[in-house]
Amino acid sequence: MKEIRLFPRVGSFAEDKDIAREVRLREITPLLEKNEEIILDFDKIDSTTQSFIHALISEVIREFGSDVLDKISFKNCNENVQKIISIVVEYMQI
Amino acid sequence: MKIHIPNSAFLGNIDPFLRTFDTSDPEVLEITANKQWISIHPIVLSMVAALGLSLKPKNIQCEHLEARSKHYLKRMGLFDLLNIDSGIEITEHEPAGRFIPLKQIDNSENLTDFITEVIPLLHLEPNQVEPIRYILSELMRNVFEHAESSVGAILCAQYYKKSNTIRIGIVDRGVGIMKTISASHRVLNDIEAIKLALTPGITGTTRRIGGTDYNAGAGLFFIKSIAAVNKDFFVIYSGKAMYKLLKADSKKQIRLHSDPSKDKHSEGDDFANWQGTVIGVDIKLDDREEFSTLLGLINQTYSQSVRERRKEYYKKAKFI
Repeated sequence: MKEIRLFPRVGSFAEDKDIAREVRLREITPLLEKNEEIILDFDKIDSTTQSFIHALISEVIREFGSDVLDKISFKNCNENVQKIISIVVEYMQI
Repeated sequence: MKIHIPNSAFLGNIDPFLRTFDTSDPEVLEITANKQWISIHPIVLSMVAALGLSLKPKNIQCEHLEARSKHYLKRMGLFDLLNIDSGIEITEHEPAGRFIPLKQIDNSENLTDFITEVIPLLHLEPNQVEPIRYILSELMRNVFEHAESSVGAILCAQYYKKSNTIRIGIVDRGVGIMKTISASHRVLNDIEAIKLALTPGITGTTRRIGGTDYNAGAGLFFIKSIAAVNKDFFVIYSGKAMYKLLKADSKKQIRLHSDPSKDKHSEGDDFANWQGTVIGVDIKLDDREEFSTLLGLINQTYSQSVRERRKEYYKKAKFI
């Protein structure tokens, strides 16, 4: 299981979707292709945007199907971060 | 181009201002102002700055300002940003807690620095900062992604103590919403394009409902929703059209609409042509709904809307 800490990359406000896409392309997708499980660690992140979360995970849900969510865990998310992740996860499965 | 800074222009009464400026000669900008008093929303300052930044300083003519509040324009950094001499002298005070002077932001790194360094100067509580930085980040990223603006994003903000409100104006001189949305959707005019841009799941980058890997078509819907939930003004103006979310009755229960036509609003498509996009939003700092409550409401509305729109696009089996 691989843990990806986001705070060192984006700071306490995770809003830079270019970085989100880079993390997805360089780390998340290659790990999922190897069938590995991933922890996305939001420790020290106060808030985020829907655009950031969309760029981080929407394409892996589209590409691998919603079962991929069994392989991704979201760690240390505060209430608002959880809600924004839930919004993206939900609309990507409609 | 001619722009007259009026006596008063806030989001509630901005319509006359948007009808009066003249963009007929794009090589020259003539700035005039009310001679008694100037009291304006940051959206007006951002628009004046964006027009001026498309020109060389020698092509900007600013009349000698007489209004007693003329120092406000200087303090907000208008003349420094345009590199013109206004003849106005002021003693500058520490801006913390009151305003964000005019800023020109043209790339992602500048935006990250801006959010890190400037927003804390507003000295807000953490729950007050959250919607403001959310709005600023999403709007400015929209400019970088879609607008192709020669001047980047121009913004400023002002805190108003009496109403305990932050007012924000963000402007670009890019291709405008109609051109962006038309890349993937058929639209007949500017107001139709603005309304589509406000609809969840619609983006100019693809016809696919729900967007691409990089763009969900949700940013403007989120921002309109933040304003709607808190019963604040929100204005979006591009080309000849303006959509204004009006303040809802404070006693009425909050309901978000995926179709912007169903929100309490005003609209028009006979304004002076603005090449690019102008957005103004007021954020009341007291009596706010918690951001988490807002996110719950957005989730319900967004998912329902995307579901309905996807159904519209599904082709059905043809039985003969």
